[in-house]
Amino acid sequence: MSTLISRQHPLASPAEQLRILNQPEGLKPFREALAASGLYPLTATGIQIFQVNVGKLCNQACKHCHVDAGPDRKETMSRETAELVIEKLASTDIPILAITGGAPELNPNFRFLVTEARRLGRHVMDRCNLTVLLLPSQRDLAEFLARHEVEIVASLPYYTAERTDAQRGEKVFDKSIEALRLLNGLGYGQPDSKLKLNLVYNPVGAFLPPEQQAIEADFRRELERRHGVVFHHLFTMTNMPISRFLDFLIRSGNYGHYMQKLVRAYNPQAAAAVMCRYTLSVGWDGRLYDCDFNQMIGLPVDHGAPSHLRDFDYEALKARRIVTGQHCYGCTAGAGSSCGGATAS
Amino acid sequence: MSSYYHEDDLARFAEIGAAAPELWQKFQQWYSAVFTEGALTAREKSLIALAVAHAVQCPYCIHAYTEDCLEKGADVTQMTEAVHVAAAIRGGASLVHGVQMRNMAQKLSM
Repeated sequence: MSTLISRQHPLASPAEQLRILNQPEGLKPFREALAASGLYPLTATGIQIFQVNVGKLCNQACKHCHVDAGPDRKETMSRETAELVIEKLASTDIPILAITGGAPELNPNFRFLVTEARRLGRHVMDRCNLTVLLLPSQRDLAEFLARHEVEIVASLPYYTAERTDAQRGEKVFDKSIEALRLLNGLGYGQPDSKLKLNLVYNPVGAFLPPEQQAIEADFRRELERRHGVVFHHLFTMTNMPISRFLDFLIRSGNYGHYMQKLVRAYNPQAAAAVMCRYTLSVGWDGRLYDCDFNQMIGLPVDHGAPSHLRDFDYEALKARRIVTGQHCYGCTAGAGSSCGGATAS
Repeated sequence: MSSYYHEDDLARFAEIGAAAPELWQKFQQWYSAVFTEGALTAREKSLIALAVAHAVQCPYCIHAYTEDCLEKGADVTQMTEAVHVAAAIRGGASLVHGVQMRNMAQKLSM
């Protein structure tokens, strides 16, 4: 799999993605679904998570990636912007810094962000692809994360190699298991350990995730039985119809069916609990977004709230109106979807 | 009409309720109760439904329960084993009638 941008694919452009998503095709506009649930306009309820995307560089190129990340991407957060992140975080009481990418650990300022946020007493989460832990350049990464008690949220779409590799690339499953064993050896994922290790399931195809508790039980049983691997929780996430997953949907003839499925499965309870309501997303260049998905389709914070870190206004951002679009159905379908898993029953 | 079966007809299933709404409502309630998690998990019921769909050779049911099994966390290996169960029962059902053939042949033969 290569990135859309390296193939000069039309879907590398956020504008083209929005053009496709905004074609009516008989789908109810998302704002109407929100309005029918008494949630329009959607507003933030505070900021619990400062989610910083440090860039698009990744050692993998997964088929469903909403970032279009890959080894050829150059966008990366500078030291100056990373310092601004810490400065603004320090000026708030936001309890969690979540660092994402690409493979965020490949950014030279990743360890600065972790160290400084921990010094501020904030909880730090690393959204990790696991295989990055085995790169020769990252030999001491796992120990670094453990030393700073960083929570690891690791992608693993299934407990078998066939399905995992179909989405994430050849041999990724075997390497992921090796990385999970390394983490387990450091205490990550062990019962009662303060080193939190959570896994993320997302469907390997154009269908919704299973019930979170049921699939978590399967992962727990099968990973321990087959590989001796343990973890704390498993979070289910729905694939968002943007970027490379949108490309897959269109190429495979699943786009219309998938969108209809998301719209039919709209759950008002999940809509009320969407993570953009308590998250602020920061781009590699310091721009502000309501979520990582809005970031990837070029929809910055709007409606009067500042859209760049240098203009950071905590009070205004805490109560900001959220920018929504048709892709938002991805977070409101069924049991809901967020970086922390299902949001509703 | 190019074919008796049309993919889009699956989404029109509820139209069958137009001429007999009470019966349709009862069917829906019963159907929903059948697939609710009970002594069997929702995934086990979905895999049974997939196997039965193959036994009765209903393309709509195969479509719906392939998707449903994936959404219940099953993988293609498990789903294939379910289809083999259906095939084995169908094959066995044919074969076991061979005893009837043998009984009849024995009766008719010297």
